[in-house]
Amino acid sequence: MPQILVDGLTKRFRVAVRDPGLLGAARGLFRRQARDVTALDHMSFGLERGELVGLIGPNGAGKSTLIKILSGILRPTAGKCEVDGLVPWLERIRHVARIGVVFGQRTQLWWDLPIVESFELLREIYRVPDELFTRNLDELVERLKIAPLLDVPLRQLSLGQRMRCEIASALLHSPSVLFLDEPTIGLDAVSKLAVREFVKSLNRERGATVILTTHDMHDIEALAQRVIIIGNGRLLKDAHFEALRMDVLSERRLIVELGEDVPHVELGGAKLSMQEGRQWEFTFDPTRVPAHELIASIAGRYTVEDIRIEDAKIEEVIARFYALHGAVET
Amino acid sequence: MSARAFIGPYRALLSVRFSLMLQYRTAAVAGFVTQCWWGIIKIMVLAAFFAGNSRQPISLSQAVTYVWLGQAFLALLPWQADADIAVAAETGNVGYERLRPVDTYSLWFVRALAWRTANACLRAVPMFAVAAIFLPLAGLAAWSWRPPASPLSGLTFAISMTLTVLLSSAMTVILDCAVVALKTRRASNLAPLFVNILSGMVVPLALMPHWAQGFLFWQPCAGLVDIPYRIYFGNLVGRTAGEGLAAQGLWTFVFIFLGRTWLRRVMDRIDMQGS
Repeated sequence: MPQILVDGLTKRFRVAVRDPGLLGAARGLFRRQARDVTALDHMSFGLERGELVGLIGPNGAGKSTLIKILSGILRPTAGKCEVDGLVPWLERIRHVARIGVVFGQRTQLWWDLPIVESFELLREIYRVPDELFTRNLDELVERLKIAPLLDVPLRQLSLGQRMRCEIASALLHSPSVLFLDEPTIGLDAVSKLAVREFVKSLNRERGATVILTTHDMHDIEALAQRVIIIGNGRLLKDAHFEALRMDVLSERRLIVELGEDVPHVELGGAKLSMQEGRQWEFTFDPTRVPAHELIASIAGRYTVEDIRIEDAKIEEVIARFYALHGAVET
Repeated sequence: MSARAFIGPYRALLSVRFSLMLQYRTAAVAGFVTQCWWGIIKIMVLAAFFAGNSRQPISLSQAVTYVWLGQAFLALLPWQADADIAVAAETGNVGYERLRPVDTYSLWFVRALAWRTANACLRAVPMFAVAAIFLPLAGLAAWSWRPPASPLSGLTFAISMTLTVLLSSAMTVILDCAVVALKTRRASNLAPLFVNILSGMVVPLALMPHWAQGFLFWQPCAGLVDIPYRIYFGNLVGRTAGEGLAAQGLWTFVFIFLGRTWLRRVMDRIDMQGS
């Protein structure tokens, strides 16, 4: 039996709408109009204990809604969902004691309190035994390098410092499931690496189940074994990252810098994808046309300054995937 | 779960909020000066009023004590929703209150309790020093804060003030719910209007028309100001004091019940789009 079970989960919001302008506002006083927005549409999947899953999708796809239902904040319109055998919104108190949640764009620490006091408060709220708390705190402080930040109020921390403290705060009670909603948003490269490294080792060493949402494909690349792509509230693809990567690998890009201005370049077996000044970019499938043939063909006809071959970017593949399924934000 | 473990989270929150409030010293000093000023103005108005007609249900010295008590415990009035919850309601953060493995109503109630008591303690002590000790020494004994009518009145007053704090906290959570339901802190804007007049903070309720006294005594806001203060200077004793305490307890119970029900509904209907 999977640790996290999602079956036919559906969430609809009622959103008030009104006609534009003053007249519309006046009309709204007498007749309220609302329309339904479907944030989740019969979503189903299961997650085994210890899995690390990346949840991706364009803005408005329903990622955060899904996390909010899983963490017990929102109540779904229909469908089933269990975490460790508990229904999050029905057995909320028992459920939230076992999970850790980090929302990258929000804070759950107290704005005016020094970090360590927020931690102490969380210890009381989660009723963490002293010994466990000390052990967790020591480990988190060392791993996330937050020792110098403990006496500083939250409001004085930088975003990267704050995020490390947020992650620590979500783990003080040894949760068995961790939800990370855009944990690397707005972080600099170093902080991103630190967060990724930590999440990875947390999953590996403590065996915690992690669900991560992100727009940063490098996060997914570095962390997730499994990727769930959602769009318009529906599950579009649930696959191992390597499988997704294979799709990507079947496509290469050939980038040529010519030494002369040419009005048009035709290259058999490859498709022109971009041209800027003297730089031409083609995509091709290496299993059908070998790269050396293309290079020979183009070098035989033009003066070539520079030439290189790259893998297609995972971002592009994902973007194309969204477009294919009509998942782009409307 | 032991009792200590059960109250642990609430006690911790209480002490943190208390110590945070004590940090805002400048605000406290400014508030204190304003309250002394208002206290003096109110007393002068009452003195003029009593000079015109001295046969009143309460004496001038009792009315003066009433004013000073009111100024000292002004912060106990449920004027607005909790500032943190208001911000959370407006930004949509409020759902995250649900991530804590504790009863949300109790958490909010304790929050209100801590805020009200910390604020009131901070102001009551210096107000007592000025109005009860400094004024008599300065030769203004007629305008000073008098001791309670009797030790029993003092004791009953202490019980009544405890109920006042609970009542005020329960009312604050109602305002919290209103703010969360409407997603704006302005949802509680009307509260001061009712609270100020009906509690007796503007004019002691005993000085209002005779025909309204029954209603005034049994409406919920009387328990915030009028009932405990009248117990203090012996205007309510014995049976009537007991009725006062009963009114306070009853309304506290009613507001806790309403607040619990409303909070559950508000939290069920909460929707947060976007992250």
